[in-house]
Formats: sequence, C-alpha cells, structure tokens
Amino acid sequence: MSSIAPEFRLSRFVASLTDIIFWVVVIFTLIGLPIVLILLFYIQLPVINDKLLTPYLALTWLADPSRTLPIVKSLIHTDFFRITTFPGFGFAALLAAGTIFIERKLLAKMQLRVGPLYCGKIEGILQLMGDGLKLISKEIIIPAKADKPIFWAAPLLFVGTAAAFISLIPVAPGWVVADVDVGLLAVFAVIGFFPIITLLSSWSANSKFPFIGGIRALHQMVSFEIPLILSLLGIVILAGTLNLTEIVESQQHYWWIIFMPIGAIVFFTTILAELERIPFDLPEAESEIVAGWLTEFSGMMYGLVQLGSYLKLYAFAALFTVLFLGGWNGPMVWPPFPQEIITEGIKMGPITLHVPGLPLLDQEMLNGTLWFTIKTVGVILVILIPRGVFPRIRIDLLLHTGWYKLIGLSFVNIFIALTLVYAGVLGPGGLIQ
Amino acid sequence: MTAPLPPGIQLEKADDRIMTLNVGPQHPGSGHMRLIIKVDGDYIVSCDPDPGYVHRGEEKMAEYRNYIQNIPHLERPVIHDSCNILYPYCLAVEDLLGIEVPERAKYIRVIASELNRCVYTLYWLAIYGIFLGHSTMFMWPAGDREFCIDLLEAMSGARVTHSYFVPGGVRNDVPANFEERCLRQIDYFEKRLKQYEDIFYQNPVLKQRTEGTGVLSRMDAIRLGTTGSVLRSAGVDFDIRKKEPYDVYDNLDFQTQVLKEGDSYARSRVPYLDMLESCRIIKDALRKMPKSGSVRTKLKPNPKGGNEEAYRRVESGRGSLGMYVVSDGKPEPYRVKISVGSFRNLICMPYLLKGEKLGNMPAVYWSLNYWPVEADR
Repeated sequence: MSSIAPEFRLSRFVASLTDIIFWVVVIFTLIGLPIVLILLFYIQLPVINDKLLTPYLALTWLADPSRTLPIVKSLIHTDFFRITTFPGFGFAALLAAGTIFIERKLLAKMQLRVGPLYCGKIEGILQLMGDGLKLISKEIIIPAKADKPIFWAAPLLFVGTAAAFISLIPVAPGWVVADVDVGLLAVFAVIGFFPIITLLSSWSANSKFPFIGGIRALHQMVSFEIPLILSLLGIVILAGTLNLTEIVESQQHYWWIIFMPIGAIVFFTTILAELERIPFDLPEAESEIVAGWLTEFSGMMYGLVQLGSYLKLYAFAALFTVLFLGGWNGPMVWPPFPQEIITEGIKMGPITLHVPGLPLLDQEMLNGTLWFTIKTVGVILVILIPRGVFPRIRIDLLLHTGWYKLIGLSFVNIFIALTLVYAGVLGPGGLIQ
Repeated sequence: MTAPLPPGIQLEKADDRIMTLNVGPQHPGSGHMRLIIKVDGDYIVSCDPDPGYVHRGEEKMAEYRNYIQNIPHLERPVIHDSCNILYPYCLAVEDLLGIEVPERAKYIRVIASELNRCVYTLYWLAIYGIFLGHSTMFMWPAGDREFCIDLLEAMSGARVTHSYFVPGGVRNDVPANFEERCLRQIDYFEKRLKQYEDIFYQNPVLKQRTEGTGVLSRMDAIRLGTTGSVLRSAGVDFDIRKKEPYDVYDNLDFQTQVLKEGDSYARSRVPYLDMLESCRIIKDALRKMPKSGSVRTKLKPNPKGGNEEAYRRVESGRGSLGMYVVSDGKPEPYRVKISVGSFRNLICMPYLLKGEKLGNMPAVYWSLNYWPVEADR
C-alpha cells in the first residue's frame, strides 16, 4: 500500500505552496499591476473629508482595525449575515461538508479500506471539492418525455426546503434565523414538504424506476412522520412550549433524554428513515430499482439533491441535539475576552491602539456554539455508523416497524411524560425545576 | 400503422395494473443478463430470465484446438474459478488418452481447486452483500480474497486465469516453503470467516429479510435439476466430491454441508459453510501430501485419442460441472460439451420469484449461485 499511496511530507507541501505564491506574485506584478494603474488613470476618484480616496487610502482603512471592526460588527448583526453565514446556510453547509468527509473516512476504516487519499494531498481532504467540480462540469441530461419545469424545480426545492429547516434551529442564545413561537410545528410543516418533492420529481421524470422509488419514499416518509411527531409530544408536555429556543432553555439543569430515553430512540429511528439512510435506504436501493427516485438526475442536479440530503442530515441531528441533548447548554469552557484590551488598548511597540467595538462576539455565544457543534457532530457520527453494519430492510418490514412498534413506543413515551407531570415531578410547578 | 412485425413476435397488451420492468442488462442488480419482471404493485407476477448476452462459443472454439491448446480458453467462462472449470476437462482427457497422474499432483490439484473455490465464493459473497445493501460485506470478502489469490499466484504465477491444470498433472510444482505459508494464511483466513458470521449471517436485519423468502422444497429442487449449494440447502445430501470422488477426495476427511430450510438464507449460508470445509480439506491435504515426487506426466507431442468419449464431472463453486469430450482419432477433440451448474440453477428462478416482493428479487436471484458468463459459455 505504501508504494502506491503518496506519503505526506510537510516540506513538499510547503514547497508546493511557495511555488504557487511565487507564480501568483510574478503574474500579478507583470500583468495585474499595469492593468490596475491604467484603470486608475481613467477613473474619477471620490473626495472624502477633503482627501482624495486613492486605492492606497482605502487599503489603509482596511488595514486599520479601529475603522474596520465596527463595520464588521454591524455586519454580523444583520439578518443577511444570519441567513447566509452563521446560524444559517454557511455554517450548515460547512458542517455538512465535514460530515461527508468524516463519513467516507469512517466507513473506509470500518471496511478495512483507506478512503479518499489523493485529492488535496492530506488524506484526500479536497475530494469533496473535486467531486463538486466534476458534477458542475457534467452535462445535465433530461429524459425526453419528462415534465421539464417540475423536473428542473425538484432539486432546487429540495435544497430550499432543507435550508428552511436549518433556519429554525437555534444554535446559540439569541442566534437563530427564524425564532418562531410555534417552532416545533414549523419543523413538522417543513418536514412534510420532503415527500411531496420526492413524489413530484419521481413522477415528472416519467420513468419506471424513479416512479417506484418515489412511491417507496412516500410510503416510508408518511408512515414514519407519525411516530416522529408523536415521539416529540412528551417534550412539549414537559417543557410547556413549542418554541425551540425555550425548549433549549428548559434544559439548563437536565436533558430531556434522561427522562425520555424511549422517545429519543423512536425519534432517532425515524430520523434514519426520513433521511433515507441505511438500513432504511429503500427509495435508493440500487440493486432493486437502480437509484430509486434519483435515477434520472445527472450532473449538478444530482449534486444539489445530495447537498440537500446532507443539509437535511445536519438539520435532523441539530434538532435531536436541541430537543434531547440540551442544545447549547454546557459548562463554560470558552476563555473570557481579556478586559485590558478594551480599557487599556493594545500596545504595539511605541503605539497604543484603542479599538472600539470589541469584543466582536460575546463569550456565551461562542461557548454555546462550541457545545452545540460538539453534540451535533456526535449525533451525526451515530447516524453514520449503521451504514457499515446493517443491510437494507424490506418495505413490508419497514412499514411494520413504523406502524406497529414505533407508534406504540411513542405512546408509551407520552404516558411517561404525563405521569411525570401529574405526579408533580416535572413541568410547571414540579419538584425539579 | 407501423410496419408489420416479424413472424413470431407479438406486441404486449397494455395493462393498467401490471408494469413490466427490464432488470438488466444495464442495471446494477442484474449481471450480464436480463430479467423481464412483471410487477403488480410490489409483487412479482412473473419473471423471465433472458441470458445469452455473453455467449462466446467456447464449445465450438474447443473443436479447432488440440487438447493442450484448449486449456487457456476453456477457463475463460469463470475466471474466478478457473481451476475447477479445467478440472473435468483434464480428467476427461486423461481418460481418453490413458494418462496416469502422479500422486503428488493429485494432492496439489485438490489444494488448488479448494483455494479457487474460496476465491470464487468470496467474490460471490461480496456481491451478495452489496445486493442486500450491506457495503461492509462487499469490502471484506473482496479484500480477503487476496489471501487465497496470493497462494494461487505462488503456485501458478497468475492471479486469476491460472491455466494450472494440464492433462497429466499440474503445470509446475509448488514453491519451496509453500506448506508453511499455506497453513499460516489459511489459519488467518478461517479467523476472518468467523467474523463474517457475526456481521453478516447473524445480523438480525439480514435474517428478517432473507429467511422464508424464495423457498425451494426438497422435491422441487430435485425435479428442477438444481445442483450444488442450491440443492444442498434444500436438504438433499449430494456432493460430487463425496458421491463420485475424483483424484484423492476419498482419502480426505471432510463433510457435506446440508441445510434443510431451502430459503435464501440457507442458500447463502451453504457456500459459506463450504468455504470453512475447504479450509479443512486444504489442511488435511497438506498433511497427507507426498513431500516430493513428480507432478506431471509428460505427454507425447500433439497427442491423439482413439474413437472414444469421456464424461467427467466435479463439484465446482456453483454446483456440478461436467465436461463431455468426444474424440475421433484426430489431435483436436471432435466435440466438447460443457454442462454447468449455473444454468441449471437459473431454471428455478421463475418458480422462486413468482409472488415474491420486488425487494426480495436481489436476495433470491443472487442466492441461486448463478454466474452469467458461465451459463452462456
């Protein structure tokens, strides 16, 4: 194996980096700089505070932290930043990309393989980017008799619905895109879209195998949504609210998984089914129905569906963390921001720099994000492991599991919650607060 | 109206309930063949296997080459089990030409054919794993094949198409420290096989899924003419190694593996038990093998048979594998007929799949131990 695999050498890696930097500098000075200078000759520069705003002055503004930090801080607290970057899409996509890499490596280690190894030199860390580039550059083929508008819209709708799901997840105190009062109901409403999109895409492809896959997905999702909703009723009874942020705040002292392990198990099983992961990957069972409802997707349309399904994976894992594992609650481990920097400024040789607007993010938020991420990644790992252990289940056994066992167990869970409330142990005015 | 159809072909009537699925030849769950499956909802109404996509005319090709030249191309139908498919040919040609095989060569042949049975069965098991969606069971056997392939490479010099058996013995002797190395690798291989039991055969999801599906009764198995693991999983104690022992199988200590259930689970388990038994056979053969001696009887250049015929069969990875060689006094055989277990096992597929769910199709299909290339010859 060692003769085939490239051995990682730090020196070679640094050498390749310096190579790239050298060529960038050379090309920029020879071609880029003359172009910039020629452009500056023709552009009318604005005058601000009686000073001509030359590019050099703009660059000094960028380099001056006392000018840039307030701008960055005001940017962080806009809705745009929340939707695109931190609790929203960017954070989720980053975690999803990490999940794909971890899944490949973990599965490879379970199966005595090495996994992606070449792309990116270090353990194939850039494999995902390579796959994405390949998918973007591939031709998109659409079946001749497909219903084209719906067929085109399905992958976009899928990603959009997954992103809507993400926007409901509270990541840190006060950090949530959409703080809905009936947050849990909103989650159920968003989950209800997935089978519709699956069925639309499979029907519009006008092909046999996607059709069977779509029907299977519909059966699976509808029969598993009922135990999914029922298994969360216990939490609503005990926390007395549907707001996800308030549910997290109600778990400051103890997590709900301690009182409702049965609900957690039912919810975890339904997550696996909703995500179409092994052992419940019937809608994509490749030995029976080619690739199920994904059969006719090609190129970046397939890539979008995959992106959507991994966003969905992150969202479900985060929902499990929020509902059962206490969300962002955890001991304070993040070091506090040093106060001297705010009061006395930063001493840089002869100069003392006073920076307004520090700290950018408060300690509680950073600590909460840390704990939330750790718990979510843990849940994702547990979701990934069955793929290496179980074969695929059959549709009648799946429906039997959903309708008989899981619904029964979720009713047991509700009775446990009601008993705890009526015995006066938990809930409003209970013994444990 | 379009052009009239050619004679013998008729258009199918459209039906609201029944949907026809063409599983293959371009389908991840078909192999080099096509299954025309009609489904009513999730239930299979009828199944019509359509092999023949990889027909290469091996039997006709054998009529234009002399007895030695036939060896490299007759093993092509099953390159994973090439020793076992050459075995009956070599035995039949030895009968025709009246050649005595040295004792040591007989033991080496048995070891090579048992190793090759393991190679084939692991490949088959890997595909059975991925057909059921168990990706770990795809990777583990595919990796563990290397132990047996390594040993066969040491013996013959090739990883898959060995061309190791020749009429009159084997092509060359085993290397110097072969016995020690073989014992070490087979011991480790047995340990790995025990782990398959835990992750695959005792897996509750797999048992739920395959037990009681595609049940073949004992009488049906005999009537349909199935052979090998399919027959033995239906409760019939029939193994050619025991019933018609060839070479030194009657000296060796082993048992036939028989299960009673006759469902997909039993059919997938018998080859696995056979592999464990193969390890026993190899160890026994290594112990009883003469330590030195000739391994090949030299033939005359371009040997000719009389006006005779010979039929010999062996137990291959897929069941009984027979070769019928007819000679008419020329250096080339007049006719070589290959009778394979794969095709006989395929015959029971329409009976087994009728009334099953579509999800059971891969579990039943691949449990029949069918190799499309061999069936097409």
